[in-house]
Amino acid sequence: MTVIKNNPKASHAQSTALPSYHCHMPSYLKPRFRVERSDRRCIRCQGCVEQCSFGAQYYDESADRVEAVDTNCVGCHRCVVFCPTSAIEIRHNPVEYRDNAYWRPEVIEDITRQAETGGVLITGMGNDKPWTSYWDKLCLNASQVTNPSIDPLREPMELRTYLGSKPDQVQIDPATGRLGTRLAPQIMIETPVLFSAMSYGAVSINVHESLARAASMLGTLFNTGEGGLHPKLYRYGGNTIAQVASGRFGVHPEYLDVARVLEIKIGQGAKPGIGGHLPGEKISAEVATTRMIPTGTDALSPAPQHDIYSIEDLSQLIYALKEATNYTKPVSVKIAAVHNSGAIASGIARAGADIIALDGIRGSTGAAPKIIRDNLGIPIEMAIASVDQRLRSEGIRNRVSLVAAGGFRNSGDVTKAIALGVDAVYIGTAALIAMGCTECQACYTGRCAWGITTTDDKLTKRQNPEIAAQRIANLVEAWSHEIKEMLGAMGINAIESLRGNRLHLRGVGLTREEADILGVSLAGE
Amino acid sequence: MRVERVKLHENGSVARVETAGLHYRELNSILRSLVADGADRIELHGVAGQRYIGTDLDRPVQIEIFGVPGNDLGSFLDGPRVTVHGNAQDGCGNTMNRGTIIVHGMAGDITGLSARGGNIFVRDDVGYRAGVHMKEFGDRRPNLVIGGTAQDFLGEYMAGGVLVALGLTLGKSAHHLARFIGTGMHAGVIFLRGVVEEHQLGKEVGVTQPDEDEEKLLEELVTEYCGYFEVEPAKVLDQPFVKLFPLYLRPYGPLYAPTHRGIEGPVSRWKVK
Repeated sequence: MTVIKNNPKASHAQSTALPSYHCHMPSYLKPRFRVERSDRRCIRCQGCVEQCSFGAQYYDESADRVEAVDTNCVGCHRCVVFCPTSAIEIRHNPVEYRDNAYWRPEVIEDITRQAETGGVLITGMGNDKPWTSYWDKLCLNASQVTNPSIDPLREPMELRTYLGSKPDQVQIDPATGRLGTRLAPQIMIETPVLFSAMSYGAVSINVHESLARAASMLGTLFNTGEGGLHPKLYRYGGNTIAQVASGRFGVHPEYLDVARVLEIKIGQGAKPGIGGHLPGEKISAEVATTRMIPTGTDALSPAPQHDIYSIEDLSQLIYALKEATNYTKPVSVKIAAVHNSGAIASGIARAGADIIALDGIRGSTGAAPKIIRDNLGIPIEMAIASVDQRLRSEGIRNRVSLVAAGGFRNSGDVTKAIALGVDAVYIGTAALIAMGCTECQACYTGRCAWGITTTDDKLTKRQNPEIAAQRIANLVEAWSHEIKEMLGAMGINAIESLRGNRLHLRGVGLTREEADILGVSLAGE
Repeated sequence: MRVERVKLHENGSVARVETAGLHYRELNSILRSLVADGADRIELHGVAGQRYIGTDLDRPVQIEIFGVPGNDLGSFLDGPRVTVHGNAQDGCGNTMNRGTIIVHGMAGDITGLSARGGNIFVRDDVGYRAGVHMKEFGDRRPNLVIGGTAQDFLGEYMAGGVLVALGLTLGKSAHHLARFIGTGMHAGVIFLRGVVEEHQLGKEVGVTQPDEDEEKLLEELVTEYCGYFEVEPAKVLDQPFVKLFPLYLRPYGPLYAPTHRGIEGPVSRWKVK
């Protein structure tokens, strides 16, 4: 019978014990922000105390003054916005290190923090490092004299896009004039902007609902991320991309059935190649129900999907999903943009995917190791160009729709991406900013003062799905108008005519090699 | 439907399908229409590697498979009872939701991957990473009963469910084969009958004996297993089981440090119970 030496329970606890993080050493870290308050303006309403979910504000009753705990401030500006007398200013704490272009304050702070904790630094949102933005080095064309521009206010202008695999050729029945070819499922979207995968758990239920509502108002799609879909949002199924990721959280037949598109998540731009550990702080009872894990545990998504170790295995899961939904829905495969994305995308297209989603190095996250977020992956611009080019040169670009994600800031970025070769883009950060996000990068704490990246009931209520959906819809409506204006300026009246039309792009400040990879000429050429 | 391959008996409630040479897409489409037409018991003969058998059927029909079904047998299974008279390949019961899979033979790698409900009984051994990331919530709990032993990473990342390996195929030494058993496990439970050494266990599991309720559960599962495979329950229950449980609710919590000064430092592992 079972022989186990000693008391394994005890010995395991010892063998896995990491160095104690809680020994009492003084911290050398200084506060990053300083909360400054005009005592003359402050009316002691304590609104800031109520609003700050990080404990950076408190009311001192004996002195009748509102005071701050600078160390707790994450710089989210919730208090600034809600102060009725504009009494609060949040400033960078003026720690004047000796000037050093290499050992920057952030570097010093990170090292100090790790020396004090022994931990992997974790953060939220997208890469904040000054990587080259190729969007800022690409110019769009406009028509002058020889080709008339079009005024979208008075003439028809089409942004409608169909996502799904297109056939190599179509046959029309000459007798009836009807299409003889059986098409793969096609999903019509009214604007080439979709909402990125953000899981219920990473964001609150109200954020999920806001995105779902906005998607249905706009005639586009939102993506569930990998935390499943709350049953009360099933009614937005027609505007839903249901993600299937390595943790398989919330994946069951009904979830697959209600969605419009299914997406297999292989990688994410913010953390390519690693799994996800949704911190236990964010696993509320309801999140636990949707994900089917115990309350308070970390939701562990393994790094790989353990049924996918090759392109052939990927094909197996793609067809597992198609079989499970009787070939009624397109299957998307999302990968992080990495060094050989072109070849990988070719494999994905041949594996039977209908859509390929690419997520670049600027892609955001609710929680990721900072070192991974800031260093792994490649810029989305390069990935779009190389994937589109590779699929074209192999003659299989029609088999998949391409969707790009990772740092789209405005309609200019979107339009340039489409000219580079994608069918549509995912926006995540921009949609959250529309709701109030200020990019403070504290998503992983679950204490988001704006009620976005939290599962706390009280904080969740800070987002009203009706208002938030309207704000997001306003943003995308505005972008859509701007895209139409840009198309009109180029003398184009349908977004289809811009897709992969790199003649409309010119590079500025690019090396010849960069321009070649992007497939664009330089300005003036 | 390929009519010539399908024979119906008893007013269509029993169907027999000759599957040799059929692509899985045709086979599954036949299954869908048979189930829609009211079949309760479907026999598939000459099965040779067709994948995804039993998926997209939402009724508790009985499917009898003669031959060797392909990968992802019963993936996303939602109700049917699938019996394999032979071996199953990889991904058997992948992300299954409800229903039962009974394998009269061996099953391959990742048997029961991410299962969230239902039961899998495998008469003999299974491959690598069986039961990886099974889940449970409330009364929804998958059970995976393996008659023999398993390859490495048995019960990896388990977030729920019950995994039993009876060790009936082990030789005299009765040593289980798997190493890294329960690596990353943070919920659920594994019961092993037979010998397992400490070095075979993942860092995140503790060892103890089943309590009374668990003994009862084991008796039920073993009895059900024995019923399918004609084994004497008393012969299986003659040896005590060892119980492996997750030591930590948050095995990886302490790895992380916040990048904001004022926020709590790395969390403790939050011992289970």
